[in-house]
Amino acid sequence: MSSMNRREFLQMLAAASVAGAALDARPLLAAGNTDALYDVPKFGNVHFMHFTDCHAQLRPIWFREPNVNLGVAGAFGKAPHLVGEQLLRAFGIKPGTREAHAFTYLDFAQAAKTYGKVGGFAHLATLVKRLRAERPNALLLDGGDTWQGSATALWTNGQDMVDACKLLGVNMMSSHWEFTLGDKRVQEIVEKDLKGKIEFLAQNVKTTDFGDPVFAPYAMREMNGVQVAVIGQAFPYTPIANPRYMMPDWTFGIQDENMQKMVDEVRAKGAKVVVVLSHNGMDVDLKMASRVTGIDAIMGGHTHDGVPQPVTIKNAGGQTLVTNAGSNGKFLAVLDFDVRGGKVQDFRYKLLPIFSNLLPADAEMVAYIDKVRAPYKEKLDEKLAVSEGLLYRRGNFNGSWDQLILDAIMEVQGADIGFSPGFRWGTTILPGQAITFEHLMDQTAITYPYATLNEMSGEQIKTILEDVCDNSFNPDPYYQQGGDMVRVGGLQYACAPDAKMGSRITEMRLKGKALEADKKYKVAGWAPVAEGAKGEPVWDVVARYLRDKKTITPRKLNQPRLIGTKGNPGIA
Amino acid sequence: MNTTRRTVLKSATASGVLAGLIAAGALRPTQVLAAEWNKAAFEAHDTVGALKGIGAGAPADSKDLILKVPDIAENGAVVPVDVISNIPNTTSISILVEKNPSPLSASFDFANGALPEVSARLKMGQTSLVKAVAKADGKFYTAQKEVKVTVGGCGG
Repeated sequence: MSSMNRREFLQMLAAASVAGAALDARPLLAAGNTDALYDVPKFGNVHFMHFTDCHAQLRPIWFREPNVNLGVAGAFGKAPHLVGEQLLRAFGIKPGTREAHAFTYLDFAQAAKTYGKVGGFAHLATLVKRLRAERPNALLLDGGDTWQGSATALWTNGQDMVDACKLLGVNMMSSHWEFTLGDKRVQEIVEKDLKGKIEFLAQNVKTTDFGDPVFAPYAMREMNGVQVAVIGQAFPYTPIANPRYMMPDWTFGIQDENMQKMVDEVRAKGAKVVVVLSHNGMDVDLKMASRVTGIDAIMGGHTHDGVPQPVTIKNAGGQTLVTNAGSNGKFLAVLDFDVRGGKVQDFRYKLLPIFSNLLPADAEMVAYIDKVRAPYKEKLDEKLAVSEGLLYRRGNFNGSWDQLILDAIMEVQGADIGFSPGFRWGTTILPGQAITFEHLMDQTAITYPYATLNEMSGEQIKTILEDVCDNSFNPDPYYQQGGDMVRVGGLQYACAPDAKMGSRITEMRLKGKALEADKKYKVAGWAPVAEGAKGEPVWDVVARYLRDKKTITPRKLNQPRLIGTKGNPGIA
Repeated sequence: MNTTRRTVLKSATASGVLAGLIAAGALRPTQVLAAEWNKAAFEAHDTVGALKGIGAGAPADSKDLILKVPDIAENGAVVPVDVISNIPNTTSISILVEKNPSPLSASFDFANGALPEVSARLKMGQTSLVKAVAKADGKFYTAQKEVKVTVGGCGG
C-alpha cells in the first residue's frame, strides 16, 4: 500500500466508503432493525445500567477490539479470553453482522465504515433516557476510568467528564485513573461536585496509617419496593500501576475479607440485591466471585472486555454473575433482576453497543459537549498527518498506534530500544484518516506524560520485560494488574506466557545481535511512575514526528515470537 | 477518616517511627533490647538457618495462624504484615521474608496470656514468600504467602 500514491489511495477509500454507506443503507431503512438492537423488554423489578472505562470519550469514536487476548492457566479459552471468530462462536453471534463488528476486530476497517462510529455521550444519553423510561428508578453505574483519556479531560482537570456524568444521570461510580488527578483533586470533586448527586464508592481504599476508609464503601437504595446495595471496588493496584506519589496516603488492594464484611453488612441491613461495581479487571472479578459469597452480580471493567453475556460463578453461598462492559463509551449494559419473596428469582442481561448512527444525539448533551470543547477546538482539530494504515492499540503485545509512538520516540530521542506502556485505552484511526492532535491525546493524555531516555543494561531490560509479563500472565489473577505487555520497539524477543516468572522472555536480539547482559543500551520510553521523573510531554515528541512525516505509512508491528500459544482461542 | 485521632496522634509519631525502623531493620533490635537479641537467628542468611535459630526446625502448617499480607506490595520498602494466632497458649510469633538477605525480620514474645496479634512493616527487595511462625506449648506452627514486589507502571 505504501507504493500507492496519495491520490489513488484516497480514491480507493472514497470508493470503499460509498460501498460501505450503500451496505449500511439497508439495515437503516428497514424500520425494524434499530428497534431490534435496542428493544430490550423490561424484565423484573430491579434494574441496573452500567458503562465503564469510557476514558473521557465524549464524542463518537472508532474502537477496534483485540485479536490477541490470551488466557493462561485456568483462564485458557474462557471469556474474556476469546477473540474474533472464537468469541462469536462462544456467544452465538452471527459473523458479518453489526454485533459481530461491535464485539470483535474482524474486518475492522471495512465494517467500521459500514456501521459508523460508536459511543459518544450524546448517543449514550439517548439510550439511557429510553431505558429509564421503561425502568422506573433504574440505577446508572459508572465503573470508572471516566475522568482520564482525552485532551479535554486532562486540560479541565477532569471537570468536563464530571459535569457530563452529572448531566447523564450517573448514580454511582467506581475508580482507577481518577486517582492520577491526585488525591486532593479527587477529594475536591467528591466533596464539591458529586455530593448528593453521584456516590463515589470504594470499599478497598483506606488510609495508610490507620486503615480508615477514605470513601463510602457502599450505597443502598430502595428500588420499586426492594432494598438494593451497590458496593464499590477501586482498581486494587492503582499505586503500583500508576504513580504512588499521587495518592501517597492511601492504600488499595483487593481486600476480599473486607468485601465479605461489606456484603454481610448490607445483607443484614436488608439488601435483597447486592451488586459490586468493580474496577478489578475481569479475571480478578471471576476469582473474587468464587471466594466472596452473597453477591448477585459483579459488574466489572478495567480490562476493557466487551463480554456479551455474564459468566456465572458458583460459590459456597450460591452464585454470582460476572460481567464486563468494554470501554471507550462503546457499550451500555442492562441488568434486570426479578426479585420476589425476598430473593433474586431470575435475571436478564444485555450488553448494547452504542451505534451513533442508530441512536439520535441528545440535544442537551450535544450542547454541553460543544460548549466544553469550544475553548480548545483549534488545538484539538490540528491535522498532524494522514495515516495510510489502521491505527489501533488493543492487543496483548503491540498495536499499530503503539508502534507509531515507539517509532516516533526512538527516532526523535535517538534510542536503540523503545518502551511504551501496555495501556488498553485509546481510539482507533481508519486508513486514510487524518491524525489530529485530539487523536494523539486519546493515546497519551495522562498527568505523568514525560518522554524519557535512559541507559539500561541488557540485564535490566530483561528484568523489566519479565516483570511486566508476569503482571499480564501470572497464573493467579490476584497477581495480575490487568494491563497489556509493555510495547517494545527495536528489540526482538520471544515470549512464553505459560512459563514461570523469570523464564518467559528469551531470544532478545537487537539488530540481529544477542542482547548482552552487561552492555548499556539507550532506551526511550514515557509515562514513568517514579517521583521526580521529568521530560517533554510525549504528545509533543510524537506531534513533531507526525508533522514532519505528514504521511504515516502502515506500521510494521514489532511483536515477540510467541511460544506455546498455538491453539489458544485468545489469539487469531 | 478519623481526623481528630489523626491530629492527636501526630504528636505521638516519635514512638511510631521507632517501631517502624525496627521492623525495617534500620535499627537493630540489639540497640533496643540487648538482652533478648537472638543473634544467630537474626543474622542467618537463609530460612533454614533462621528457623533453626528460633528453635523451630520444621514447623507444621496451621490454619489457625492467620497471615495477612498484600498479594502485590504497593511499596516494597514498607510491606504491611499482620499475624494473628488462634492457637491456644501461643507464646511467640516470628516473621520471615525468605528472599531477604537476613530472612528473620521480627520476633515477638507474649507473656502472661497477652493476645498473640502483631502488625509490622517489612522491607522487601524482591518477590518472596513471607512466613509467620508461632510457638505454642513448645510446638511450632507456620503459615505462608507470596508477596509480589514489582517495578510497576504500565497498568490498565
